[in-house]
Amino acid sequence: MSVKVEQLTKIYGEQKAIDTISFSAEPGKILGFLGPNGAGKSTTMKIVSCFIPPSSGKASLCGYDVAENPIEVRRNLGYLPEHNPLYLDMYVKETLTFIADIHGLSNIKRRIDEVIELTGLGLEQHKKVGALSKGYRQRVGIAQAIIHDPQVLILDEPTSGLDPNQLIEIRGLIKELGKKKTVILSTHIMQEVEAICDSVVIINRGQIVADSTLSDLRYKFSNQSLEQVFLQVTRG
Amino acid sequence: MLSVFNKEIGSFFSSLVAYITIGVFLLVMGLFLWVFPDSSILEYGYAGLDSLFSTAPYIFMFLIPAITMRSLAEERKEGTFELLATRPLTDWQIVLGKYFACLLIVLFALLPTLIYYLTVYQLGVPKGNIDTGAVIGSYIGLFLLGASFVAIGIFASSLTKNQIIAFTIAVFLSFIAFSGFDSVSRILSLQSLETYLTAIGINEHYESISRGVLDTRDLVYFLSFIAVFLVITKTILGGRKW
Repeated sequence: MSVKVEQLTKIYGEQKAIDTISFSAEPGKILGFLGPNGAGKSTTMKIVSCFIPPSSGKASLCGYDVAENPIEVRRNLGYLPEHNPLYLDMYVKETLTFIADIHGLSNIKRRIDEVIELTGLGLEQHKKVGALSKGYRQRVGIAQAIIHDPQVLILDEPTSGLDPNQLIEIRGLIKELGKKKTVILSTHIMQEVEAICDSVVIINRGQIVADSTLSDLRYKFSNQSLEQVFLQVTRG
Repeated sequence: MLSVFNKEIGSFFSSLVAYITIGVFLLVMGLFLWVFPDSSILEYGYAGLDSLFSTAPYIFMFLIPAITMRSLAEERKEGTFELLATRPLTDWQIVLGKYFACLLIVLFALLPTLIYYLTVYQLGVPKGNIDTGAVIGSYIGLFLLGASFVAIGIFASSLTKNQIIAFTIAVFLSFIAFSGFDSVSRILSLQSLETYLTAIGINEHYESISRGVLDTRDLVYFLSFIAVFLVITKTILGGRKW
């Protein structure tokens, strides 16, 4: 189990953002992490990526506990935060060099050329990040997440705001990455989940309302579309 | 830590921040020292750099907060702090990387003023008639003072997402730390506490080093002053209360 979340709870003031949730994700599989806005998806991802501490419960990544060994967790994790924050006044290669440098990679130049090739940034690689369109910024974010070849990828809405062509390209890339790595992906696009995910976790108001493989879910809900399933479990 | 440091230095010099702040510092220093008659060395008639060392703290008080205000506030506002914090970096590495980057800019602003020393050295009658020991001491004092203001500035920048608020808080705290304690100690009813109050303020220690005597007590004062503000900054970042 490369990502394991047990009884995780996060309380903001009086409000429980997530309430004793448990799930796990395996290598070579893509896990779709779904839920309405405000359900606690991003909070969970932030805890697993060691950005914020949980109120109680445990989360571990590649066997390293987020509270006890955060540096090792981060070494093995590629994380694309929601809204994809980037240093807009840096050049594409500059920002990638900076990230590669933090990870202490050897042969930084070659690795940067590789990820630029992988993410299709070739034409835009000499521009400043701030001069890029949304789709290309998203690619820079993904390039930053995969540059150190992490075992686990956590992508918070990686495809929001992309045009249909870019959607298909980025999905293809994520699917390719998912063959070897553990990928947790949050999205609001149900077709996307059906296209690339192996299993789904649906979370609503901080609690898990579905956790199974896609085929099991179809069987359980007598072949309804994922969209209908989503509506059923999150509205009740 | 080095990668954060390099990135900060890079962004200082690729934007205009470094050039403008260093340029303005040198311009204002030049005006005070050589042009404005009230503080001009030429009018003063003595071969000394006293007016440099009495003016610089007040210019630092505004310039250093301008350098430091964006360091953490902007990262938080743009959300890029999340990018840094989810990489294999400790909070200390982030804070110290930023601290030393800002400190280097302060050092770059100070270095060209050595020309003033050479000028006064040449102008003295007889040549070289300047208290070199006191000048060296004053430079060390000024650098430590700058280092303390940078620590205050980084701390202020960690408090808020708004750069202007960070700037204002940093100017205020720098002013209080530098001369506020001195002034308060002169209040009549507090006279019994006078020695303690002045000892808390930066000015007393700055002047003591400026005399050219490097007292370990002053050195310890400055280092612990810086450490206190950096520790608070690290604690605020660790809380992630935003």
